Order: sequence, then C-alpha cells, then structure tokens
Amino acid sequence: MAKVIEGLYYSESHEYVRVEGNNAFIGITDYAQHALGNIVYVDMPEADDEVTAGEEFGAVESVKAASDLISPVSGTVLEVNEALEDEPELINKDAFSNWIIKVQLSDPSELEALMDAKAYESHCAE
Amino acid sequence: MNNKLYGNLIFELSKEGRRGYSLPRNNFGNYEIPASMQRAEEAQLPECDELTVVRHYTNLSNNNFGVDTGFYPLGSCTMKYNPKINEEMAASSKFQSLHPEQPANTTRGALALVSLLERSLCELTGLAHFTFKPYAGAHGELTGLMIIDNYHRLRGDMQRKKVVVPDSAHGTNPASAAVCGLEIVEVKSLADGTVDFDDLQRIVAEQGTEIAAMMMTNPNTLGLFETRIPEIARLIHGCGGLMYYDGANLNPMLGACRPGDMGFDVMHINLHKTFSTPHGGGGPGAGPVGVREGLQECFPVVSPYHGNFGVMMRAYAYILSLGREHVKEVGPLAVLNANYIKESLKDLYELPIDTICCHEFVFDGLKDKSTGVTTMDVAKRLLDYGYHAPTIYFPLLFHESLMIEPTENESKETLDAFIAVMRQIAEEARMNPEVVKSAPLTTPIGRVDDVLAAKHPVTTYRQLLADA
Repeated sequence: MAKVIEGLYYSESHEYVRVEGNNAFIGITDYAQHALGNIVYVDMPEADDEVTAGEEFGAVESVKAASDLISPVSGTVLEVNEALEDEPELINKDAFSNWIIKVQLSDPSELEALMDAKAYESHCAE
Repeated sequence: MNNKLYGNLIFELSKEGRRGYSLPRNNFGNYEIPASMQRAEEAQLPECDELTVVRHYTNLSNNNFGVDTGFYPLGSCTMKYNPKINEEMAASSKFQSLHPEQPANTTRGALALVSLLERSLCELTGLAHFTFKPYAGAHGELTGLMIIDNYHRLRGDMQRKKVVVPDSAHGTNPASAAVCGLEIVEVKSLADGTVDFDDLQRIVAEQGTEIAAMMMTNPNTLGLFETRIPEIARLIHGCGGLMYYDGANLNPMLGACRPGDMGFDVMHINLHKTFSTPHGGGGPGAGPVGVREGLQECFPVVSPYHGNFGVMMRAYAYILSLGREHVKEVGPLAVLNANYIKESLKDLYELPIDTICCHEFVFDGLKDKSTGVTTMDVAKRLLDYGYHAPTIYFPLLFHESLMIEPTENESKETLDAFIAVMRQIAEEARMNPEVVKSAPLTTPIGRVDDVLAAKHPVTTYRQLLADA
C-alpha cells in the first residue's frame, strides 16, 4: 500500500507539496513512484526558473514510462535536488524525503485548490 | 573464450592479422587525404577469417525471434505476417534496379504502381489523395500535421497551434505535434476507455479558436471502437479544426469502415502494420498520408523522392492478392481472434474494460494480485514457452497493462496453444511464483538489468573496454 503523509498538499497528477514558511518542496508521491517503477532519470528545471501551477516543470523517466512533472503551485525555483542527477532511484527509496524542486511560492492561496492526505488517499483508490 | 552463442563479440574472436577477404587492387592511383580528415588513431576493426564470421552471425541469427518462427502477440503494433509473394514481387528484376535519379520517362511502370496503390488506399480509407513521400509512420504523422498547419496558415488563421489528443493516445501523437511546433491539449478518457465527450466539449468551448486539429486512433489504443466519432468530428469541425486519424490501428477497420466516412480529414497509414510490409529494425518503412479533397494543396515537401518504393510494391502485392472480396475479411477475423483470446483468459487475467474489443485488448495484469507476480514477469515467462512478449505497460491508463493482438493470420490451433500457456503461467504464479519472477530461464540471456541498461547503456566495444 502506498504511503501518504499527513500535512502535505497533493495534486491529482500525484505531486506533493511540503510547505515551510513561504517555500515549498515539490516531489512525486509514493503512489507515483510505485506506479512508475524503477526511475532512471529526472529532468529538472534550473534555479531561478519560474514554475506555474498546472504546467509542466520537468519529467521523470522510469523503465516503464516517461511522465511529465506538473507543478501544483506557482513560484520561483530556489533549488533543485541535485542528488537526483546521479541517483534518480532515491525517489524509489523514499519519495517524500527526496523532493525534486524547492520553490518560493508566489501565490500561497493556490494551495487551497490541492488535496489533503485524506482526499488524496481516496483519489488514489479510485 | 566461452562457447555460449552470445558469449563472444566479434571483437573478442579477432586475431591480429587474420583476414577473410583480399581487397582488390587499388585502381584510383595516388591521392592525398587532407590531414584534417585523417583518423588520429587506427580504427578498431575485428580481424577474422570468413568461417568464423559466418558461424558467429549464423549463431546470432538463430537466436532471432520473428513472426516467421513463432507467435507474436504484439498489440498496438499489428506485427502481422509478411506473405512471401510480397517479397517475390519486390524482387522482380523489372523493378529491382530502379534508381531515384533515373529520368522520369524510364520509370513510368513504377509511377503507375504508385498511382494504383494510391487509388486502392483511397478506396479503402475514403480519402481523396495520398502522398507517399514519408519514410515511416512517425514521419507520416509529422507530414500530416504539417499539412494541417499549412491549411490553417494558408487561410490566414495563424493562432491555431493546439492539438487535442486523448490521454490514451500513442506516444507518437504528442511527439509529432511537438516536433511540428504545436501544443498538446489532453482530453480525458471515460471509464469505458473512450473519449470523454463532455471534457472535449469543455476544451472546445475554452480553446476552440486555437485548435488546429484533434488526433485520434480508432479503434483506440485499448482496442476499443470510439463510438462517438461523428459527434466528435462535428464538434472539432464546428470550431474550425481538422480531424487527424492515426492509422496505427487501421487493421480491424480494413474493408469494414473508412476514416474518410467518419469525418477524418487527414490520416497516415503505417504500411508495415496494416499492409503486411516488413516491420521494425528502423526501416525501410513507409507512412503514406491521405487527405480529403482540397487538402492536397497543403502537402509539404518532406522528401525529394517518392518514398521507399520497395515497401509500396509489397503493400500493393498484399492488396492485390487479397482482392476486393477478401480484404473485407481482414478486420472481422482480426477482431474475432482477439476476442477469442480475451474471453478465454479473462477469468485469470484482470480485464478492466469488459466489452467486445477490436483487434487488440488490454489486461491489467493477473487477476490474483496476491502472488506479487507482475506483468513484466508474465511477459518474461512467455519467452520460456517460445512466444514473443506482448506490449506491456502501455497504455498508461492501467498500472499492469498487458496488451494482446493476435492479428487475422493465426489459426485456431495457434491461439489455443497460446491460451493454454497463458493459463499455465497464471497457474505457476499461484503455485510457484518464484519461477515466474525469475523467468526467463531457458533463453540465451536471462532477466536483463533494465535499470542499468537505461542509466548506463554500453553500445560500443570501445566503451566496453573503457568500462572494464
């Protein structure tokens, strides 16, 4: 059974947002890494790039499929998780601690449109 | 040195100075190769005698699996048998020495064949004109989208840059659109696998003036017939867009119904899928593009030549050998064969959409998920029983997709034998899952490390030496 963590925000396309102050850590959920299988490549933006809620900011590639990463929120990329360049499999090991990008939120009210843990759990069960 | 068939590379069999062939005398006299174009280091070429080379490649070729050696249940691709008469015709001395630069007045027979093939394809698809220039299906898709783009631009309608694609589409659809500089808008599928018409209506209402086209495969990638095509076509035409038909799944419609009659304006045909020309290996291929009357004015120049003529000859030989009356049987038999396998296995394999399928269908893995045996394991185990693996993990709508397409060519005995093996594998998954999880056990190469292969592909001998 896929792990879901309380206190995070979730999107329908299986990204999560962990908010710390005005910053957000964005990654893919445990459900997503499980569905994708062994991840072999993560295509990430660069620091200072802008991301927009609902739009693609990169992609994850597994042995099964390539899947776009859709940003759940808008903002400026502060940092990308460089460890994933050499070890994309870290996402398979622990999707929630291995975030993909750290973003400065430009519109925190966008978070209200996302799901909480409970809603996301039932979204996955559908 | 080991004796396993795949055990040695030709480089490992090399002995310095050994030769299998003497080069002819150099008749070109002395000439200088500019220093900038000379190799800095010696080419690393294997040095072997003729017999060693013959044995090496003959042994490798014996490990090939093709539709001529066994059953190939490869859905979404229509890996159909290539009748030998196609080859006989293509090998005809009357055509074989043709050269693309030959004067046109010496190639009239060949041009007549292209024209006859065009007329046949027009009749089978309900479209008015075909171009044979595209060299493969993906090239055909790109050409088709360029036609659509040209159509809008010639009308002065410059803002139409969006292409609507179902979420179940072949990956080539969004890829072709992106290469053509167009943007993708994804329309959702309903639980029954067909296009969500309400979602499409929403997209058209919001973005109708920007929609260049909608791309569809029918039957779709789940092997299901899209029943609302006329309404979809009306909606897209109503907002000014064109309908693009991805011909990948034309096989079950052959002789039964026609994309042109359904309202499609542009389509490509993969001659290697529906018209039994050789498949795979990167070509030579052919992706002819058909259009309704008027759109031929928008054909782009994608090649100075008439495409791969040998492939067209094979397709035309196939159409002629079936003839008007038998071409109608292709679709129904392909559909019957697929439904026969589906019904014979659906008690053991999860059938997410239980309905009559077309030429192919999709299981979502084994029904009994408690064993931990995945679709990948089932596919690998099929190799042990002498079958090619089906398409797996596509379409992406399900997690454990396993897609089967038998085509019209297989006999009932072949289908029964395949069904028996699939049932056996389901039984093994229950009784002895470790066997299935460690498959294949009888092939020259066992389970490969696909993560390593994706992350660190070794494709040259030089690289192999550098890694060692």
